[in-house]
Amino acid sequence: MRLPSGTYAQTYSQDMSLVRTKSHWALLAVIIVFVFTIPQWASASFLAVSTVIGITIISVQGLGILTGNCGQLSMGHSAFMMVGGYALAILCNKAGFPFWAALPLAGLVAGVVGIIFGLPTLRIKGFYLIMSTVAAYFIIHWLVLQFRSLTGATEGLSVPAPDLFGLSLVDKTRYFYLVMGLAILATIVARNILRTRTGRAFVAIRDNDLAAEVMGVNLFSYKLQAFFIGCVFAGIAGGLSVQYYSYCNVEQFPFFDSVWMLGMLIIGGMGSVSGVIYGAITIKLLQQLATKLGPFLAEVMNPQAAAGLGIVLPSVAIILFLIFAPRGVSHIWERLRNYYQAWPF
Amino acid sequence: MTFFFQLCVNGLALGMTYALVAIGFVIIFKCTQAFNIAQGQIVMLGGYIGYTFLRPLGLPVWAAVIAIVAVGVVMGLVIERLTLRPLLGKPVLAIIMMTVALAGVMDGIANMVWGGVYETYHDVLPVISLQIGAISVPPSSMLTLIVSVIVVAVLMFVFRYTKIGLALRATAEDEQVTRSLGIKATMVYALVWVIACVVGVVGGLLLGGVSGVSPSLAEVGMKALAVVILGGLDSVGGAVLAGIVIGILENLAAGYLDPLMPSGGGLANVFPFIIMLAVLIFKPHGLFGLKRIERI
Repeated sequence: MRLPSGTYAQTYSQDMSLVRTKSHWALLAVIIVFVFTIPQWASASFLAVSTVIGITIISVQGLGILTGNCGQLSMGHSAFMMVGGYALAILCNKAGFPFWAALPLAGLVAGVVGIIFGLPTLRIKGFYLIMSTVAAYFIIHWLVLQFRSLTGATEGLSVPAPDLFGLSLVDKTRYFYLVMGLAILATIVARNILRTRTGRAFVAIRDNDLAAEVMGVNLFSYKLQAFFIGCVFAGIAGGLSVQYYSYCNVEQFPFFDSVWMLGMLIIGGMGSVSGVIYGAITIKLLQQLATKLGPFLAEVMNPQAAAGLGIVLPSVAIILFLIFAPRGVSHIWERLRNYYQAWPF
Repeated sequence: MTFFFQLCVNGLALGMTYALVAIGFVIIFKCTQAFNIAQGQIVMLGGYIGYTFLRPLGLPVWAAVIAIVAVGVVMGLVIERLTLRPLLGKPVLAIIMMTVALAGVMDGIANMVWGGVYETYHDVLPVISLQIGAISVPPSSMLTLIVSVIVVAVLMFVFRYTKIGLALRATAEDEQVTRSLGIKATMVYALVWVIACVVGVVGGLLLGGVSGVSPSLAEVGMKALAVVILGGLDSVGGAVLAGIVIGILENLAAGYLDPLMPSGGGLANVFPFIIMLAVLIFKPHGLFGLKRIERI
């Protein structure tokens, strides 16, 4: 992290801390206060969008570790969300688990499934890996529809109302606080994983896997770890999403969601933890814009136009970012900050 | 036994459809090393544009074919110049995401312009049907079979015996050396996209005529990815063969294994992906793909 001039680390804990200057603290406080007061002033629909954005951030942080930092391209991330969602629904609905126990288990199940579909990484990478994760999506989708007795197939599964140690979470505001708390936790965890030995191994694999192997990084083990970690995030996000709608269905996790999650990484900036947040907000708000324009478009063009626009807007955003700002919002932000800090030089 | 042969014939028809889409992918990958995930959407748009030419505008078939070839040329040039050219030399993910986003834009256009409605114009195209004993060859298979064979033959001829084909193959081998020999690589890239788009939209016109047009026509593109993986990413002949193999296997799986499945099956939709995963694990370069040796 680049620091403003005159800021030095004098102790080890200072050197390791994530937030360094007073302006960092102030900015962070403003953002957190803003996020946690959303229920006070925002409309119900804005609250719903914010909750969905929070859930998406959790999931994309996982993808950010897997794809952005370890370089293992995955276009099946919504399949792992689906696994997490169904794990939570089955645990709560059929096995009678409480919500707080089912959520981590959902993450764990998704992580294990992620390891299984990460096994081909031993032999393939790049486009071939993307294809194997696409295959993973369609295979998981089909398996879910096959095991009717467990998953309810196309009818889906209802999920009992959540409560956290006696505190009911049916209220959308409380659920929003839970999601936002977890999103912040996920961001911190993701940031810290990248500072560990494992995280550095991930980056080494992304930058040049052959060189990393020569330097003693166990490729297979670390690639599987990346899949596990990424899919645990996805599983928890999937569980949260299912619990939010108190209903679980395959339609909740469409294939194109995986594409949008990769798009969020591109818009935010590959390998950047804060970029995930920018990307998630950008794409979700663009989709929301398309929904808002829906009634107008339906009059001018046709009833399907809003659905079309909902795909076109994020796609165009991804195309523009790929051409004009391939390193994403976080890089633009960094350049602005450097310019401002080094002014007038 | 009739059941078996009927499944095979249906699979052949389906396989030719896959092959037609897969060819567009393979040509582009062979020459530009770019992964064109939008090929299914190009086919789908071809179907809708073909419908517009034949039905609302009422053009005769020959005029519609000429018009749609022109549309394909323009489409190829625009896509290549505006979206893929700036990404030359960028990482794999950027190119894949670009074509996926293009696929999204085309899906969106189909929804916004044509309303994502199911349209048919099967009575306009010529019908060629064949009956061998108890097995009927669907007219769809005959038409796509004939067109696919022609397309593959023309492409193979162009690749092997013409100067343009030589330039295409040389660019596929080594872009920098080709440039130093005075071949304009950007021209080759544009040409390749034009070929892929023309094959795509003409294929779309045919498929739309056979099975009707709707946004789900683009889903063929996803299965065609399984085909190119099996055939090898850079083999035109491999794409056709793999298309037929996957089409037949898919139909056999649906015919024989679906009744054994716990809830209804639907194996046809997932079988190409199971094959794809198996190929990726055991033979990542496919049947006829070129094995690339990696160096640091």
